[in-house]
Amino acid sequence: MNSTTALFYVFSAVLLLAAFRVITARSTVHSALFLVLSFFSASCIWMLLKAEFLAITLVLVYVGAVMVLFLFVVMMLDINTDSLREGFYKHLPVAGFIGALIALEMALVLMRGFQLQAPAPTAKAVELGNTKLLGIEIYTEYLYPLQLAAVLLLVAIVAAIALTLRARKDSKHMNPSEQVRAKKADRVRLVKLAPTIEQASLPVAATPPAAPAEGGKA
Amino acid sequence: MVNITLGHFLTLGGILFALSVIGIFLNRRNLIVLLMAIELMLLAVNLNFVAFSHYLPMEADRMGGQVFVFFILTVAAAESAIGLAILVVLFRNRASINVEELDELKG
Repeated sequence: MNSTTALFYVFSAVLLLAAFRVITARSTVHSALFLVLSFFSASCIWMLLKAEFLAITLVLVYVGAVMVLFLFVVMMLDINTDSLREGFYKHLPVAGFIGALIALEMALVLMRGFQLQAPAPTAKAVELGNTKLLGIEIYTEYLYPLQLAAVLLLVAIVAAIALTLRARKDSKHMNPSEQVRAKKADRVRLVKLAPTIEQASLPVAATPPAAPAEGGKA
Repeated sequence: MVNITLGHFLTLGGILFALSVIGIFLNRRNLIVLLMAIELMLLAVNLNFVAFSHYLPMEADRMGGQVFVFFILTVAAAESAIGLAILVVLFRNRASINVEELDELKG
C-alpha cells in the first residue's frame, strides 16, 4: 500500500464524515463549518489527482468566498432551528433506502467497470505543469466560454445587489446627479418688480411711522 | 491492496452524491441546508470530472475535464450568491425560511 493509496483513504474518510455531518448537524453554523471541511478534503483529493490549480481554486473560491457568504447569511438571519428540524427523522427510512440504493448501484457499476490505472504523465505535462496547461487550454480553445463566464459573473453581481438592495426611508441623502444637473435658474428666481415711489401726499395718514425713519436717516 | 483506480474516485463521488440526496430528504424544511446539499452534489460531480480527466488515456483531451470543472465552479459560485440573495429577500418578507410555509403559489 503506497502513500497515495493511504492518503486517498484518509481524505475520503474525512470527506464522507464531514458530508454526513453537514446534513445531520443540529445547528446551521455547524453545517456550514463541516461543509468547509469537506471542501478542504475534496481539494486534497484533487491534489492527489494532480489538479493543483483547481484544488487551490476550490479552497480560494469556495472556502474563501462562498462559504463565508453562507456563514454571513446564516448568522445574519435569526432562524428558529427547532421548528425546521421538526419531523427530521420521519423521512430517514425512505432517505436512507434511496441513498443506499444510489450508492450501491453506482459502486457496483463503477468499481467493476473502471479498473483503470493512471496513465504516465506526458513529457509536456511534466515540463509545463498543470496550471500552465490549463491556462493554455482556457485562453486558446475556450476563450469564448471564458468571456461568457465573465459576463455571467457580472450578471450575478448585478442580480444579487439588485435583489437585496433596500432604500432606507429615514436616510438623509443627496442625489449627486440632481446636484450636478442644477442650474442657476433652479436656485435663484429673479423677480421683476415695478419701482414704488414714495408719495409725498401721505403725511396725514402715516405720521407716526415716518418719524423713526427720518431719525434713522439723520 | 491494489493501487487506487478510476473506480475508487468515481465511487467516492457516487457516495458523496447519495449522501447529499439523503440530506435533501432529511432537511427538506431548512432552505440553507438544502443549498449546502446542492453544493455537495456539485462537488461530487466535479470530483468525477477531475478523476476522468486524470485517468483519460488520450493525452490531447486530458485537460478538457479540468476546464469544465473551472466553468462549473464559476456557475456554482454565481448560483449560490443569487440563491443566498433570494433567501435573504425571502426572510425579510416572510420572517421564515421554512420550505413548507412557502405555499403561496399553489394553483
